[in-house]
Amino acid sequence: MTDIGWRQSEVRVSLAEPGDYWRLLKPRVMSLVVFTAFVGMITAPVAIDPVLGLVSLLAIAVGAGASGALNQWWDADIDAIMTRTRTRPIPAGRVTGAETLAYGLTLSAFSVMTLGLAANWLAAFLLAFTIFFYVVVYSMVLKRSTAQNIVIGGAAGALPPVVAWAAVTGSLAWPPVVLFAVIFVWTPPHFWSLALLKSEDYARAGVPMLPVVAGETATRVQILAYSLLLFPVGLMPWALGFAGAVHGLVAAIGGAVFVGLAVAVFLTREGAAARKACGRLFGFSILHLFMLFAVLAGERLVAAL
Amino acid sequence: MAPILIRAATDIRLTEAESRARTSRNRAIALVLAGLVALFYVVTLSKLGLHLPGKG
Repeated sequence: MTDIGWRQSEVRVSLAEPGDYWRLLKPRVMSLVVFTAFVGMITAPVAIDPVLGLVSLLAIAVGAGASGALNQWWDADIDAIMTRTRTRPIPAGRVTGAETLAYGLTLSAFSVMTLGLAANWLAAFLLAFTIFFYVVVYSMVLKRSTAQNIVIGGAAGALPPVVAWAAVTGSLAWPPVVLFAVIFVWTPPHFWSLALLKSEDYARAGVPMLPVVAGETATRVQILAYSLLLFPVGLMPWALGFAGAVHGLVAAIGGAVFVGLAVAVFLTREGAAARKACGRLFGFSILHLFMLFAVLAGERLVAAL
Repeated sequence: MAPILIRAATDIRLTEAESRARTSRNRAIALVLAGLVALFYVVTLSKLGLHLPGKG
């Protein structure tokens, strides 16, 4: 007798928990997106209905999460190799690639449509473009082909305040472009200081991160160059008049510390001290971006009182 | 020709872990769907705003 039916041992039923689907959204990245988008929203000169504002933020967050899921679908092979990412749901075998693709596409469509209905279609288009840029331009095209991957790909991470501004105003202006520029210029030194610490991981996975392709010295030079550029760019909100003196002061002090830590990374090349310098710059870069946006938000909220 | 036996899918017995995971996924989907209903309800109310009949 030939049995071609189900066998208990062959049937695999998913063991994925809701938490696995939550992790596919890259919640830490999503929290940064929500924060920068919120600042973009309250920087706008007009007020939005609070409910529609919250729904817009939710849609932007879900859109960012969807692009994170699609990124993990595409990069599952290299995620399985790198120690930093090998416990993600797909390489860990808890969620399949096909499930992740369907999940990411569904959330992308829902987030874009919801933003269009709740706010406006310019914001929805910008959110769709952000998802496209992160998944197709960064993940599929740039990440595995050029050492400048995170420079150009950084545009996707810099767009949320622009999307949020468009959700409120229905148009674009210089302030969101400046906020975009701050995140865009901040991204390379932030990522490359981590890449210097994890270059072996990237090399094993065949990802042409700058330290792998151009070497650690060239990476340190570029980190310093972008850190120097970030100093004036961080001051632009104050110089253009949509941020106050406190923001200018924080941008100046934080920008100077950032450059100082980048100089330390440039000068310290060997051993534990070099790793420590990279770790310090990476840690401070997160604090610096947070402070630039938090102070801008604080000034707006205080002015509204 | 040998007879072909196709066992029904209902023969499948889920392990405790599989069953628990499926239940939690179902609950999460139910919550998300309920959340979406609430979301579109409040968005509709907010978009209508003062344009509701009888309001100025």
